[in-house]
Amino acid sequence: MANSLLEIAGLTKGFPGVKALDAVDFAIQRGEIHALMGENGAGKSTLIKVLTGVFPRDAGETRLEDKIIAPRSPREAEGLGISTVYQEVNLIPHLSVAENICLGRQPTWLGAIRWRAIAKRAAAALARLDLSLDVNRQLSSYSIAIQQLIAIARALDISAKLLILDEPTSSLDRTEVEELFKKLRKLRESGLGIIFITHFLDQVYEISDLITVLRNGRRVGCFATQELPRIKLVSHMIGKAVHQVEALEQKRASTASIRSEAPMLEAHGLGRKGSLRPLDLDIRPGEVVGLAGLLGSGRTETAKLLFGVDRPDQGTVRINRQAVRFNSPRAAIRYGIALTPEDRKVAGIIPNLTVRENIVLALQASRGSWQRLSVTEQAKLADRFIQALAIKTPSREQTVRNLSGGNQQKVLLGRWLATEPKLFILDEPTRGIDVGAKAEVEKLIQSLRQDGLAVLFISSELEEVVRQSQRVVVLRDRRKVVELTEGEISEETIMQSIATHNLERPAA
Amino acid sequence: MTRLNPKYIPLLATALVLLAVFSTGSLLYPNFGTPRVIVNLLNDSAFVGVAAVGESFVILSGGIDLSVGSMVAFVGILVAKLLQVGWDPFLAMGIALCVGTAAGVVMGGLIHYFELPPFLVTLAGLFCLRGLGFVIYPESIGIDHPFYGQVLPQLSILVAPKAVLPFTAMCFLGSVIVGTFVASFTRFGRNVYAIGSNENSARLMGLPIGRTKITAYALAAFFSALGGIVATFYMQSGNPASFAGLELDAIAAVVIGGTLLTGGVGFIPGTLMGVLILGLIQQIIIFNGTLNSWWTKIVIGALLLVFIVLQKLISGGGDQES
Amino acid sequence: MIDWVSDLLFWIVFGSILFLLRGQRIFWSVGALGLLLLFNQFFTPGFFHIQILDGHLYGSRIDVLNQGAKVMLLSLGMVLVIATGGVDLSVGAVMAIAAAVSSRLLVTEHQSAGAAIAAALVISTLAGAWNGVLVAGFGIQPIVATLVLMVAGRGVAQLITEGQIINFLDPTMVYLGNGHLFALPFTLTLVLVTLGLAFFLVRRTALGLFIESVGDNDEASRYSGINAKQVKFLVYTFSGFCAGLAGLVACSNIKSADANNIGLYLELDAILAVVVGGTSLQGGRFYLIGAVVGGLFIQTLTTTLYARNVSSDISPVPKALAIIAVCLFQSESFRTRLSHVVRPFGRILKPLGSRPPQKSITATHDSPKP
Repeated sequence: MANSLLEIAGLTKGFPGVKALDAVDFAIQRGEIHALMGENGAGKSTLIKVLTGVFPRDAGETRLEDKIIAPRSPREAEGLGISTVYQEVNLIPHLSVAENICLGRQPTWLGAIRWRAIAKRAAAALARLDLSLDVNRQLSSYSIAIQQLIAIARALDISAKLLILDEPTSSLDRTEVEELFKKLRKLRESGLGIIFITHFLDQVYEISDLITVLRNGRRVGCFATQELPRIKLVSHMIGKAVHQVEALEQKRASTASIRSEAPMLEAHGLGRKGSLRPLDLDIRPGEVVGLAGLLGSGRTETAKLLFGVDRPDQGTVRINRQAVRFNSPRAAIRYGIALTPEDRKVAGIIPNLTVRENIVLALQASRGSWQRLSVTEQAKLADRFIQALAIKTPSREQTVRNLSGGNQQKVLLGRWLATEPKLFILDEPTRGIDVGAKAEVEKLIQSLRQDGLAVLFISSELEEVVRQSQRVVVLRDRRKVVELTEGEISEETIMQSIATHNLERPAA
Repeated sequence: MTRLNPKYIPLLATALVLLAVFSTGSLLYPNFGTPRVIVNLLNDSAFVGVAAVGESFVILSGGIDLSVGSMVAFVGILVAKLLQVGWDPFLAMGIALCVGTAAGVVMGGLIHYFELPPFLVTLAGLFCLRGLGFVIYPESIGIDHPFYGQVLPQLSILVAPKAVLPFTAMCFLGSVIVGTFVASFTRFGRNVYAIGSNENSARLMGLPIGRTKITAYALAAFFSALGGIVATFYMQSGNPASFAGLELDAIAAVVIGGTLLTGGVGFIPGTLMGVLILGLIQQIIIFNGTLNSWWTKIVIGALLLVFIVLQKLISGGGDQES
Repeated sequence: MIDWVSDLLFWIVFGSILFLLRGQRIFWSVGALGLLLLFNQFFTPGFFHIQILDGHLYGSRIDVLNQGAKVMLLSLGMVLVIATGGVDLSVGAVMAIAAAVSSRLLVTEHQSAGAAIAAALVISTLAGAWNGVLVAGFGIQPIVATLVLMVAGRGVAQLITEGQIINFLDPTMVYLGNGHLFALPFTLTLVLVTLGLAFFLVRRTALGLFIESVGDNDEASRYSGINAKQVKFLVYTFSGFCAGLAGLVACSNIKSADANNIGLYLELDAILAVVVGGTSLQGGRFYLIGAVVGGLFIQTLTTTLYARNVSSDISPVPKALAIIAVCLFQSESFRTRLSHVVRPFGRILKPLGSRPPQKSITATHDSPKP
C-alpha cells in the first residue's frame, strides 16, 4: 500500500466508560471515494475527529503520503491538506460567501485584508465546483445545499489532498444530491481522496469506490462497493449475519385479537418538510408497532412529530377517533402519550436531580405545581418503580448522573409509567445499555402490551424489533417504504426492505 | 443587489433614529443644528464614544464588558495622580493604557480558560477597578499640567465659523476610524465576528478562539482606558467616584448602533451613530429645560428595548414552544 | 466576663450547626462564614461585643443581620432566577423604584404607610413580571432582557421622586428598616418571613422541582411536559417582589429615598450571595438557606472591612476577588487544571461542586441533531 494517500493503523480512542475506537485500520488512495459506514456509536465521527485533531488519540499511527502526522487541531490538519465538511454546515451565516471561504486565511497587505482579492479567490474556489454565485451576499441567503457546496469550496481552497464529508447530504433533496455527486466525481478525477460518511445506502452505491464498515468502535472490514451486496452491507452494519436470521427464536404474540380493536392513534399523511415525508401509521391498544430503518431514516422524526416536539406541517393525527394537534409535549402528554427519547442525555434525564425526582417529574408536571406529590407519595412512587424495574441504585436519593446507562433508561421508563400512558413511544430504549438491562426492558414492553398499552417501538437492533413487534413499519430516506404484518416480519425481510433500491421490490 | 442585505437592517434603523432625533431637535430649537452644537456633541460624548468602540468588539465576540465605567474612572485618577507627583504626561498615559489593557487580558483569560460567564468576570472587574481607583487617591484631583492647560487647547481644528473641533472629539473620531479598520480589515476583526456568530463553527473552521477572545477583551479595555484619558482632557481632573454606570451607556450605544447583543453582527460606525443618538437625546433634554435628566435613562432604556426586540425578530423569533 | 461566656455559647451553637450540616452543600457556605467570624473573634476588637439598650440588642453581629437584610432579600429572589439558568441584573434599579413609589405616596401624596408599602410591592412585582415576559415570552437572553430595566429603572425611579431625595419620618416606614422585634432588628423577621414564603412557594408546591429541572436540562424538562415559560415567568416576578422588599428596607434604613443610590451595585452582592450559597451559575439545584447564608457572609465581609477601618470605597475589591475565587472553584475546567497541578487536592476539590462537563462539540454520537 505504498501508494496510499492516507493510512491509519491501530487507531484507538477511549472516552470514560466507552472505547469509541478500538485499533481501527483505514486506508484511502488518491482519486478514490471511500465511504465510511456504521450505525450509531460505530465510531465514524470519532475516527474523523481524531484524524482532524479535534480529539487526541490514545494509540495508533496516521500516515499522510507516507509521512507520520499527528495534527492537534482542525487548523493543523487543514495545513496538512486534510479538510472536513460537517453535516451541519459549519460556516458563519452572518458573513458573506467570499469571507466564509477565506476566513482565517484572508490575503492581506500590510495587515489589511484585501477584500477584492478575497472575492476573486472565493470565485475561483467556487469555479472549481462549477459554481458561480454572488460572493458578496450573506451566506444565510443561500439554500443549505449551496451552503454545503460553499463549505466544500472552503475545504478545497487550501490545496486539500484529502476531503472528508461528514453526512453532507442529510439535508439535501434528490436533485441537490445529484448536483453534489457530479462535483465529487469531478474532484475524484482531479486526484483528490474523499472520505464520505452517510447513512443513505443508495448514495453509497452511487458514488463510492470502497466501503469501510465500522461497528462498536471496530473495523468490520473494507469492501469494494461493487462486490458488496446491499443486504450484506446492512448485515455488517447491524452485526447480524444473514443466515443467522432464521435461527432466531420467534415468540410474538398473535395479533388476531388486536386487529379487531379500534386504533388508539391514527396518523394520516403526517409529515414535515425536511424531516419526514407524509406517512400513515396506526397503533392499537395491546399492540407493539416496530419502527425500523437505519439511522436518519426518519424514525426519531416520526416520534417527535407524534409527541409534539416538532410541529407537523401536513397530515392529521387522531387519538381515539378525535382529531388532535399537539404543539408541545405537554399537549401530547394530556392525551396519554409518553416518549423516551433517543438521546437520553439531551432530552431524557435531568442529570443533577435524584432518581426520585426524575421518576416523579412527568406525573408532577401533568398535575401542575399546586398539586404537589408529598414526599412520602414521591418516595412510594420512586420505590415502586425502582423495585418493579429493578433499577440498581444505592438509594432513591442518588443523582441520576451517577447511574449506568441502563439504569438511567429504566428511570425514564419509570417516569413515564408513573403517568399511566395509553401510548408509549420508545425511541431506542435499549441503546447503550448492557445485555441484562436490555432483556428486562424487552420483558417490560411485553407486559405493557399485555396490559393493553399501545407501544411504538423504535430500535436499530432488528432482532429486537422482530421479537417485539406485531407489525413493523420500515422507513428509508425519511419515508415509509413498507409495512410488514405478522408472518412477514423477519430480520431478513426488514433488511431487504431497507436495502432495496427505491423502485425495486424486495428480492429474495 | 436587488434586495437589502438583512445585516444592514439594524444599521439602517439606527440611521433613521439618528435622523429622526436630529430633525426633532432642529425643528424644536432653532440653534440645534448649528455646527457648534454638533461639535459640542462630539466633545461631550467623546469618552463614552471611545469606550463604546471597545465595547463593540466584546459584544461582537458574543461577550459583554461591564467594567467600562470603573476603568474610565480608574485611568482618570491614575493619570491625575501620576501628573500630580510630577510624571511626564505621555509616560503617565502610556502606563495607564498598559495597566488598563493588562486588566482586559486578565478578564479575557478568566473568561476563556475557566469558562466563567463574561458578565460576572467583568462585573468583578468593575468592582476591582473602582476600588483600586480609591486606593490610588480617594478624592478628585485637578490637573494643572501645562500639557493640559496650554498644549491641548491648541490641538483643535476650526471646522466652521465658531465651531472648533477639540482634541477629545478627534480622539473619538480617530477611535471610530481605527476601530472600523480593525473590525473590517484585519483577520482578528473578522475572527471576532465569526466567533460571535457561532463559536463552534469558528472552532471547526480552525480559527484561533482563545487568542481572539482575549484580544477582544484586551482591546475593549484599551479603548476604555483611552476613554479614561480622554475624560481627563474633558474634565481636567480625575475622580475615582465618577462615571458610575457609564458601561450601561456604552452598551446601550452599541446596541442602539445596530450591533446584535448576541454577537456576530454589527458595525463600528453604527456605534458612532448610537453614541450620537444618546448625546442628541441629552442635548434635546438640555435644550428643553423643563424635561429632567432622568428622561434620558428612560428613553435610552426604551430604545434599548426596541432594538433588542427588533434584533430578536430579525434573527428568527422566539423558540419552538408555544 | 459576660462577653467571654456569650462568645463561648455562640461558638458552641455555631459549631453544632456546622456539625449538623456536615456532608451537605451549605456546609461550605456556613463554614466560610464561620472562618470570617473566627477571624473577627481574634483580630477585630469589639466585633463580638453585644450590648443591650432599651431591651434591644446592639453590636457588630446585630448590624450584620440588619444591614445584610437587603442582600439576603435580594438573594432569595435571585437564587430562583439563577436556578433556572438566568440572572436578574435589574434588582438594584427595582429597589430604587420601590423606594421611590413608597416615599412619594407617603410624603408627596399623603397616603398611609400601608398603602405606600403595598403599592411599592405591587409595582416592583410588576417590574419583575416585565422581565419575566421578556425572558419567557420573547425568549430574550436573561442578561440582555434585565439590562433594559437596569438602565431605565433608575430613570423611572427618579421620575417618580422628581429627582428629589424624599425624606420621611412616618413611624411605620421607619420601623421597617430600623425597628426591633423580640430584641432583634425587625429586618431579620422580614428576611425569615420572606424565606418562609419562598420556601412555601418552591418546596410546598412542585415549583422548586420544576425550577431545578428547567435549570438543569431545559430540553428534557420540555419533553417531560413542564411548562418552562411559566416557571421562568414566575421566578422573575418573585425576584421583582423580593427586590421591592429590599428597596423598602433600604429607604427605611436611611429614612429617605435617593433614586440615584439606593440598591446601586447590589445586584452583584445578590449574585455573589447566591454563588457563595452553593448554587451554580449554570442553574439547576438551588439552596434557599445557602443564599441567605451567602448574604450574611457578604455583609460580614463588608462589616469586617468597615470595622477594620478599610474605606467603604475600597471594600468592593475583596468582594470582587471573593466572587471570582468562588466561581473558579465551581468551574469544571479550573478544577481539572488545578488537579493536574496538585493531584492530591483534586480529589478533595471534586465534591465542592462537581457537575458534569459541559455539552460541547465533543459529543460522541453520530446522530443528526434536530
